[in-house]
Amino acid sequence: MSDERLVGIVLVSHSAEVAASVAALAKGLAGGGPAVPVAPAGGIEGGGLGTSAELIAAAAASVDRGAGVAVLADLGSAVLTVKALLAEGDELPEQTRLVDAPFVEGAVAAVVTAATGADLAAVESAAAEAYTYRKV
Amino acid sequence: MLDADFFRRWMTVTAESVDREAERLTALDSPIGDADHGSNLHRGFTAVTAALEKEAPGTPGGVLTLAGRQLISTVGGASGPLYGTLLRRTGKALGDAAEVSAEQLAEALRAGVDAVMTLGGAAPGDKTMIDALVPAVDALGDSFAAARTAAEEGAVATTPLQARKGRASYLGERSIGHQDPGATSAALLVAGLAEAAGE
Repeated sequence: MSDERLVGIVLVSHSAEVAASVAALAKGLAGGGPAVPVAPAGGIEGGGLGTSAELIAAAAASVDRGAGVAVLADLGSAVLTVKALLAEGDELPEQTRLVDAPFVEGAVAAVVTAATGADLAAVESAAAEAYTYRKV
Repeated sequence: MLDADFFRRWMTVTAESVDREAERLTALDSPIGDADHGSNLHRGFTAVTAALEKEAPGTPGGVLTLAGRQLISTVGGASGPLYGTLLRRTGKALGDAAEVSAEQLAEALRAGVDAVMTLGGAAPGDKTMIDALVPAVDALGDSFAAARTAAEEGAVATTPLQARKGRASYLGERSIGHQDPGATSAALLVAGLAEAAGE
């Protein structure tokens, strides 16, 4: 399994700390996690809460190994900004998908699955499946 | 006919009114949102006017797509991708024409508003910018001034509504009784259009 083939993962949060911490958590919990290209895109440029299109585009470019990029987002503007960038067509790497998943649980599932060398569709469905793990 | 200068004027006067009204927008966003709508839009429209000065696109479509791109990049909140999509999609619908008619603008703006509804999943009555934009586009066939009035009335009419989209929707019934900040800024955008047209 070569690093070149792993799906990249971008974590978009309103908070730089949340994005970075969830990235560290997911990599730490996944056996092969350290090899998975994961990039946080949290907060706005220069600090502060919010969503930055520039940080998202840069994070996606940084994790693109040619196997696709799965993007997970937390709230309102993070989701809308990713959708708007995808609609623009040329802002994000080819084969970039916004994954419909809970942010923390979905990130862990995505990184665990990506570490096995799975393709983008498998990473997406593993992350989405995290919605079905009820806690009560 | 409306040329690139008209569309630059539209963006410039809108940026001026966002500057003037930023505190009011943030005050409206304080009880039902996260109190940053005015400052976010101000940051976005400041970037729009700077980009238009630097690049000076020569067509109406070019002005709006550049402005939309700036808003998506710089606003930081949900209004960025929403207004950005509105302007970009309207600009793309206008194409490469050097001048467009008021009818063409009305048609393109309707395409832009439709794109915003698709992106945000909002419909009229959800207490969002759509409640100002849809009546404005409907009235644009009459005049720019009629569109401004319709947008302002649409924004005021959001007050008794319960929010069903965005941060305010978490408040449920407590969102009732507050005018929606997004509908209010959308009315500023439409008023800017009327002002650019001298109406």
